Amino acid sequence: MRKYGKFAVLMAIIIGSLLWIATASVSGSKTYYVTIPELRKMGNEASVKRVRVGGDVQSNSIVRGAGFVRFNLVQDKLTLPVVYEGRDALPDTFKDGAQALAGGRLDSAGVFHAQEVQAKCASKYAPKPGVAPDGLQKQVKPASTSYKS
Amino acid sequence: MENVGALAVLLAFCIALYAIVASVTGRLKKKPFLTLSGERAVLAVWVLVSTAAGILVYSLMTGDYRMAYVAQHTNRDMPLFYKFAAWWGGQEGSLLFWSWLLSTYGAIVVFTTRRTHRNLLPWVIAILSTIQLFFLTLNTFVASPFQVLAVDKVVTSVADGMGLNPLLQYWAMVIHPPFLYLGYVGFAVPFAFAMASLITKAPGESWIHTTRRWTLVTWLFQSTGVMLGSAWAYHVLGWGGYWMWDPVENASVLPWLGGTAFLHSVMMQEKKGMMKVWNMVLISATFFLCIFGTFLTRSGIVSSVHAFAESPIGKYFVSFLALGIAAVIWLILDRLDYLKSEAELESVVSRESSFLFNNLILLASCFAVLWGTLFPVLTEKFSNEKISLDAVWFNRLMVPIGLFLLLLTGLGPLFAWRRTSIDSLRKNFQWPGIGTLVVAAALFIGGMRYPYSIISLSFCFFVAATIVMEFFRGASAIGEKSHIGFVPAVIELTHRNTRRYGGYLVHMGIVLMFVGWSGHPFNVTSVGEVEKGGVLKVGAYDLKVVDLTQGDTPNYEWETAVLDVSKNGSHIGTMEPTRRFYKAAQQATAIVALRSRLNEDLYINYAAGTAGKATLQAYVFPLVDWIWIGAVTLIFGTLVALVPSKVARSYRRTEVVGVTQKEASIPAGEVKNEA
Repeated sequence: MRKYGKFAVLMAIIIGSLLWIATASVSGSKTYYVTIPELRKMGNEASVKRVRVGGDVQSNSIVRGAGFVRFNLVQDKLTLPVVYEGRDALPDTFKDGAQALAGGRLDSAGVFHAQEVQAKCASKYAPKPGVAPDGLQKQVKPASTSYKS
Repeated sequence: MENVGALAVLLAFCIALYAIVASVTGRLKKKPFLTLSGERAVLAVWVLVSTAAGILVYSLMTGDYRMAYVAQHTNRDMPLFYKFAAWWGGQEGSLLFWSWLLSTYGAIVVFTTRRTHRNLLPWVIAILSTIQLFFLTLNTFVASPFQVLAVDKVVTSVADGMGLNPLLQYWAMVIHPPFLYLGYVGFAVPFAFAMASLITKAPGESWIHTTRRWTLVTWLFQSTGVMLGSAWAYHVLGWGGYWMWDPVENASVLPWLGGTAFLHSVMMQEKKGMMKVWNMVLISATFFLCIFGTFLTRSGIVSSVHAFAESPIGKYFVSFLALGIAAVIWLILDRLDYLKSEAELESVVSRESSFLFNNLILLASCFAVLWGTLFPVLTEKFSNEKISLDAVWFNRLMVPIGLFLLLLTGLGPLFAWRRTSIDSLRKNFQWPGIGTLVVAAALFIGGMRYPYSIISLSFCFFVAATIVMEFFRGASAIGEKSHIGFVPAVIELTHRNTRRYGGYLVHMGIVLMFVGWSGHPFNVTSVGEVEKGGVLKVGAYDLKVVDLTQGDTPNYEWETAVLDVSKNGSHIGTMEPTRRFYKAAQQATAIVALRSRLNEDLYINYAAGTAGKATLQAYVFPLVDWIWIGAVTLIFGTLVALVPSKVARSYRRTEVVGVTQKEASIPAGEVKNEA
């Protein structure tokens, strides 16, 4: 059985070192996903931890300046002012009404400083069942032969 | 007509159920009449699902805007090609696409194996039909593609649809999902055969031989699909990334890792009758990862904040996965005695051992990716905080794993079965080993300071050298014997054992991809706002803005920067990065200007435009082309491996001659010397 011992040792070394890398790198790269109400509740923590906050981009709130873009995220009637200061241009999907995820930190004045912004069209990827997507006429709702509400 | 479609799906659902019952009962009660009806039922399901799919595609192409799916995924001005592609552009359609592929595969399986596998086929049909039943359940009751729009129960149509996301209106993205799905669905067949042989305790490894081509073709589709996705990200998204460890990307690579491990470890079972339990576990894991991948891409479980609850299909997938995994575990545990290994591991420096470690590493990476992908879901479940891990975490873990795998790619194929002698080690590795050290030293002296790039490139040299040596040795032996030139000899050699030399070509493809990835730390970025006449510098390139133009088409409006590009002062051409604004989807997208060369790509993205000014992002990406060259090599190698070998291969085991297995094991000390 001694040869199996050798296999076991080698495997243990490989798996052990992978586990070590995996756990050691977690603290450096973890980002907290929060909603705007949760961000408000986090208080001081929000300025220390790396946070990714989600919401809808408020219509007509996007202001583009030199080296920054300012906009508001809205969720459950709560508004969060965001300043994007990253290098890369914002994604094409970023526009009024889009669902956006902003990654960064909250400052003491309650303004969220984002280093990265991801956005997707609210209606494009996953239309909620039973609700007409934005692009369709208001009262029109999907129904079907096998439709359940 | 949508009623006919919905009815066809519903009927297919009933007949798939019948196929399961008829096949199983027919097999158990030995009623050939029933099993035959089970086979016919599979064909009937194919006809019905094809009808449904045909109706959906017809509605998409003709623009029947009464249907919710058509209205959400197409618009009038869209090219016909993309209207067709909208079939798999959304959740409902892509689930129907899954069903259709599965029913097609099922029909092919029935046609090709009904004479040769009378005992297995009923169970194979039962398992495939069970999977089909699940997807038809979704198509019928949960996410029907045949919903129509209605106001107060009166069917209504809209004037125009919302169109396909313009980011997806790109050729690679149009064929990327079908390739991935061909791969996802394809693993159902070897899985069904594996389970069928487990249920019937079929003697021998016939399920492996029968499904080897399936598995390889499926793996080919999946590799192509993953690489197409990567190429799409690079060419379309405008920031030049080809891999982000995004959950959706991870979903596509997870079953690929499992499948790759499986392709390697079945060789152990074919040749030595080892790792039988392991192979069962692997093929099941791969199949369930395929289902999981579909689930991940289609439910949005991890991609957005708190999206899990919103997904109606999520709980169905979770239940199906849980039931399926439980059933497989029970089946394997119940039949462990049938899966007994016929040989033992003998030495750490042997082919067997290298397969073992290859599997260990592939599985570890698979688990790591799965863990990282599900981390937000897990942390939300257990600590109420949704925490995600970003690309940094994945890279830290996956880069060393990848490099180790790359090394094994060079070592493994040259280790002998059972154990490797020092002579053979020296013969195979002396020169490549020395060469590798020389390359590493040269890179370091040449000024390269990224350890991972140095390691990667020197390992690439090592693996490439061993592969070239293998071809060279074999070909010169053949060339001398039959007096033919070197090139015909290489072709002859490959033709004699396509599996082996095709496999080497696949490995070569992987090596070339690693070469491409090694260039990543040397990327150069430059972002700037420029006016007409302005200049943006990136690396050795100067980009002079000659003109800023704009225009209009029915589908989109566009803005273009006309750039005069020179490298180190000498003029090399004009490039025109463009930005399009698609009217139907109200979304902009970039058409990147790309100058591809083997040493580096110049990549220019028109990021934004305001009156008389344009924001340009310019990048220099060294070696990126080698990723795509590697991908093409990998595809070519797999195709070669699919060609039947000229010399008929017998799958007889390598026999242990002269010694009993007990004596064949060697004391640990001796092995240490060899190593």
